[in-house]
Amino acid sequence: MDTDLARTWVQAIAAAVEKHKDHLTQLDSAIGDADHGVNMHRGFSAITAALTDYKADTPGAVLVKTGTTLISSVGGASGPLYGGAFRAIGKALDTPATDPRQFAAALAAGLAGIQKLGAAAPGDKTMIDAYALALAAVRQQADAGADFAAAAVAAADAAEEGMRATTPMQARKGRASYLGARSMGHQDPGATSTALIFRALAEAVVAR
Amino acid sequence: MKKFINAPEAVLAEALAGIAAAHPELKVDGENKVISRGGAGRSGKVALISGGGSGHEPLHGGFVGPGMLDAACPGEVFTSPVPGQMLAAAQSVDGGSGVLFIVKNYTGDVLNFQMAAELAAEAGVSVQTVLVDDDVAVQDSTWTAGRRGTGATVLVEKIAGALAEQGADLAAVAETAKRVNAASRSFAVALTACTTPGSGKPGFDLPEDEMEVGVGIHGEPGRSREKLRPAKEIVATALDAILADQPLAVGDETIVIVNGLGATPLIELYVVFHEVATALADKGIVIARNLVGNYVTSLDMAGVSLTVCKADADMLGLWDAPVNTPALRWGN
Repeated sequence: MDTDLARTWVQAIAAAVEKHKDHLTQLDSAIGDADHGVNMHRGFSAITAALTDYKADTPGAVLVKTGTTLISSVGGASGPLYGGAFRAIGKALDTPATDPRQFAAALAAGLAGIQKLGAAAPGDKTMIDAYALALAAVRQQADAGADFAAAAVAAADAAEEGMRATTPMQARKGRASYLGARSMGHQDPGATSTALIFRALAEAVVAR
Repeated sequence: MKKFINAPEAVLAEALAGIAAAHPELKVDGENKVISRGGAGRSGKVALISGGGSGHEPLHGGFVGPGMLDAACPGEVFTSPVPGQMLAAAQSVDGGSGVLFIVKNYTGDVLNFQMAAELAAEAGVSVQTVLVDDDVAVQDSTWTAGRRGTGATVLVEKIAGALAEQGADLAAVAETAKRVNAASRSFAVALTACTTPGSGKPGFDLPEDEMEVGVGIHGEPGRSREKLRPAKEIVATALDAILADQPLAVGDETIVIVNGLGATPLIELYVVFHEVATALADKGIVIARNLVGNYVTSLDMAGVSLTVCKADADMLGLWDAPVNTPALRWGN
């Protein structure tokens, strides 16, 4: 990932969030408080504005700026969680990373950031369920000697698989946890936005 | 959706402008979204800051003023505020004696206040945090985000606020705030769901003849959904849940809040308070002080929450101390 790709990725996320805003809010109204789409849209609109005149020399600078903007504009749990993740990923990418191994290490730092704040584990019906599978896929591709594009596509596929796997789960973290067994049968909104983020990367890479 | 608004996305900014116009004694920072007492932080006084999603008014902005909060940080409706708001508030009201964050236990609030505390520490402001988690409707707190913060927030803000006004240090104010939370239990029942301006639709479906027992202040589901019953029986259910969690003995003194969730007529709150007073008197429990009214609301939800705090003499003394805020005012 170079600086241009980081920018393209973030713009692609903003476009995806814009397109799927109502769907995210719909999922959140089933098991949360019906604001995930609105909050993510507010955050990524702020980022689009913040990045317009922002001069970045590294992919990491773009992603750290993205994280900082999310923290200062989203609110809720997703602001700190996504914001912290993008900041951690960015800090690990202070040079262009073309090797999937480097990218995997950056994603691992992001996951550690999310888990440190949110204390969720795989199976709790959260964004972690999509993120952890995406990270595992990038690692697997790296071990197999695949290139960055193949790793990004594998990550997007895996994140969507993780997203779908949240449907039968019972939530144990966040507002959905108060539903207990009634949270089962609904796809998690956080896992859904995480899948959008990884799909946006795959599309940004493939479009080059 | 029928609401007195101009546009859903403008509700918070316009409400803040309204608060500024109605309460010239307060300072409303529209850019950072901070409501504070006018003037700089006072030397020797710990500053109290709270905040959370909007839609629970008068919480928190209505409790800013002498004897209670120094600043409040309102987020978007039902969305926690962002760290920058609390940082701006901390820097503006800290008089050098430190800041106490009063945080209701919701994942978003906890995370954003935690980040704000780190930023404030980096800026040289001492911060301690107290989590309010009084809602006994959440039974399985190991496998959920834990008990929710509701009505006890008013007690914590008032009692800790009075102690801070007397010049107690940060550790003492934080300790008292935690003690008040630990002594308080709440339970709520909803008759209708609330509608956020952003979604435009009720947060859940509740048939005409049913009630959500143990509801949260954002419409989170409670323990059960039941057929509507007389007020006396609803109060018995709420009191049973509260007293099962914190048994009280004959002669114990309490502060009781019967709180409307936004769309409950005051006359019904008094019917409920009558039932609470009768039931507690039967058990020999003393209601030393009370509040009946709308203090921690949930937009337009018809519902009521009951909060019982087992209060010692210290707490009662601090409760009685003067307070002068838009929503709580006595002894001045």
